[in-house]
Amino acid sequence: MNGEMAQLILVTVVTAATPLFLAALGELVAERSGVLNLGVEGMMVMGAAGGFAAAYVTGSTLVGALAGIALGALMALLFALLTVVFAVSQVASGLALTIFGLGLSGLVGSGFVGLKRDPAPHLSIPGLTDLPGVGRLVFGEDYFVYAALALAVLVSFVLGRTRAGLVLRAVGDNHGSAHALGVPVRRVRILAVLFGGACAGLGGAYLSLAYTPFWSPEMTAGRGWIALALVVFASWRPWRALGGAVLFGGATVLQLHAQAFGIGLPGQFMSAIPYLATVLALVLLSLRRRAGSVAPAMLGTAFVPDR
Amino acid sequence: MSRPDAAEPEPSPSVRLPAPLVAIRGLSKSFGPVRANQDIDLDVRAGENHALLGENGAGKSTLVKMLYGLLQPSAGEILWQGRPVVLDTPETARSLGIGMVFQHFSLFENLTVSENIALVLPPERQSRLDARIGGLSERYGLKLAPARPVWSLSAGERQRIEIARCLLQDPKLMILDEPTSVLTPQESESLFRILDQLKAEGRALLYISHRLDDVRRLCERATILRGGKVVGTCDPRAETARSMAAQMVGAQIAEVSARHATPGAERFAAVGLSLPAPGLHATALKGVDLAVRGGEVLGIAGVAGNGQDELFAALSGERLAAAPGQIRIDGAPAGRDGVTARRRRGAAFVPEERNGHAAVPGFALSDNLVLSRHATGEVSRGGFLLGRAARAIARKVVESFDVRVGAPDPAARTLSGGNLQKFVVGREILREPGVLVVNQPTWGVDALAGAAIHQAILDLAGRGSAVVIISQDLDELFRLCDRLCVIHAGSLSPATPTAATSRDDVGLRMAGTEVASATAHAH
Repeated sequence: MNGEMAQLILVTVVTAATPLFLAALGELVAERSGVLNLGVEGMMVMGAAGGFAAAYVTGSTLVGALAGIALGALMALLFALLTVVFAVSQVASGLALTIFGLGLSGLVGSGFVGLKRDPAPHLSIPGLTDLPGVGRLVFGEDYFVYAALALAVLVSFVLGRTRAGLVLRAVGDNHGSAHALGVPVRRVRILAVLFGGACAGLGGAYLSLAYTPFWSPEMTAGRGWIALALVVFASWRPWRALGGAVLFGGATVLQLHAQAFGIGLPGQFMSAIPYLATVLALVLLSLRRRAGSVAPAMLGTAFVPDR
Repeated sequence: MSRPDAAEPEPSPSVRLPAPLVAIRGLSKSFGPVRANQDIDLDVRAGENHALLGENGAGKSTLVKMLYGLLQPSAGEILWQGRPVVLDTPETARSLGIGMVFQHFSLFENLTVSENIALVLPPERQSRLDARIGGLSERYGLKLAPARPVWSLSAGERQRIEIARCLLQDPKLMILDEPTSVLTPQESESLFRILDQLKAEGRALLYISHRLDDVRRLCERATILRGGKVVGTCDPRAETARSMAAQMVGAQIAEVSARHATPGAERFAAVGLSLPAPGLHATALKGVDLAVRGGEVLGIAGVAGNGQDELFAALSGERLAAAPGQIRIDGAPAGRDGVTARRRRGAAFVPEERNGHAAVPGFALSDNLVLSRHATGEVSRGGFLLGRAARAIARKVVESFDVRVGAPDPAARTLSGGNLQKFVVGREILREPGVLVVNQPTWGVDALAGAAIHQAILDLAGRGSAVVIISQDLDELFRLCDRLCVIHAGSLSPATPTAATSRDDVGLRMAGTEVASATAHAH
């Protein structure tokens, strides 16, 4: 295997990792505020359907991406209304959101099945993108990849270094105390859930605009669930989520190449590798001795103030 | 901000305001049909230490929550320095100069000390904030390590964070809600020294405590609440703890009568009981030894979070010991027995948490009775419940222990804290257990119910049972127990006769400083 081929494989790994990372990053922020949104899959698939439809109609990838973000956030708004405002069970609402999203996206995308458009544009810097071995990997990705990295920097900085991040973490750690100090717990949570939905929607749009530039029903294929597992795998830290996404993206690509090389295992088994890897990672993680802070203490519990 | 350095003169007295710092006029608050506060009047003057006294449920917390902007009054007004104000959020209250130190610490376990403090202050640079925290430690002796996460800190250290957080806002009025309930006597004393200094700086204090001796030490005026209304004001220094308690309750509280039983044979023992910590931030038990004889009450003192819950779970059989011999009930090895098997051996257990641990809130009292009696009593046969028998026994508990119920056989959650506690204690005592282990028997219970529970426990011991009381309330332990030991970081000290020990001694052991002082004496 020569250097160019290694680069090509790595580029596909990045492409496979990006939607996982985007969705995981958003969910991470929501969970840090104490809300467990199991509807990532539903928000992603809505982003994929709406993103493709908008991009196809307008001919603009950017408009498609924005539509994906908007639809993901809209789904999240519904979830926030149920769980944060009305304090409905987060688990039940999240599962419902996923089922709802899978169904509704089929409807939204029904007129677009089988249509194709050009893949999302890639960065091209004369001289740099052509560098042998690394040029395409570092300077030739599609714009989504750079946006995701910028988002990671932003989230990591806001969570760790700003007042807004401190308030968010405080709400996730003890919503009763936060309320007693005058922090608007529910507003913080709604914003965090909306951000999570927007990221999931963008991750979904990435699938239908860049990963495979067409729409097909249920094309997220469980990536929302992998993103949820990634958050745990990353112990709720943004940069670890990036590492995890590359790992799981790698597993996806690996099984594709392994199938192409004709390894004597059934294709179905190979396709299951990323999911098996997810299960394995979660089991190994729970076996690890728990020390210090891990999950946000309020994760999954509704806040109801007395008045 | 006035900086009372020794070299500087005190601010001139001409700035003293004619109106009280805060005046509450006709304040009322209703939660649906429940009237938590009715027509409350209260003044706090600058530089005054004002106590707010009352039983649980008297409405103290509701009142101070309105003062801190956490609740909105249904009627009445609050005057701040003579002007009516609307305290719609805690931020508004803080900007006026009202600070609050919460009863149940309002801290964030997974954030650092300085992050916890930064949350209530206007944004500023981390390094500047850390320097200001350092300044507090010089000025008031509030030692804090800004970078430590809160979960690694003791109750006393957590209290210091709360106070530092309040002081950094430079409040004119500080509200302290039960600040000493989880502190050792020594920690309380250092808190009082800080409060004395704050008073000297001209800050006013609204001090809520059920520890009337502390109130007499600190406050020159007290307002007493009962049933949501002001029932009187007094000068605590001119009263006794007993006379103030009588005003809070509205009746004289009977003294518990001592019993004189000669201890019999050993009935309950733990031998080298060690268990790993059951979870994150929990405490491991390290070689716990204890032995209680019939007719004897053994007290286990300690600051919250030093392994009391873990010890209770191990004694009750919620967690099994490693070997059968590590727990003995009437001489029989019971370490590998579960809760039910230990109950069959004649032991009974009352956990700390009434709702959710000792009783199922949504269940009727008779169903709750079945939960702890199903294996030992007369309430089931061949797997079927005997509802009538259960109701009869529940009624007997209600009558014998004066549990005030609104309906026959009501749901547990409809009872007040004190009444439910009387029920869960009575449920066990009426069985005449040979061994009773009870965790925090009167936590958050009104004084009359507390006295009744104390008397019932002493009577049980007088009839020859062995009793173990785990409590953070030193008054309770000194009143009831024959011998005392102290749990600290999961280790239990040897028991000493109550008559031969002092509060200071127990307090030092609660803080885990016994070893240090012993080595100091050796030099």
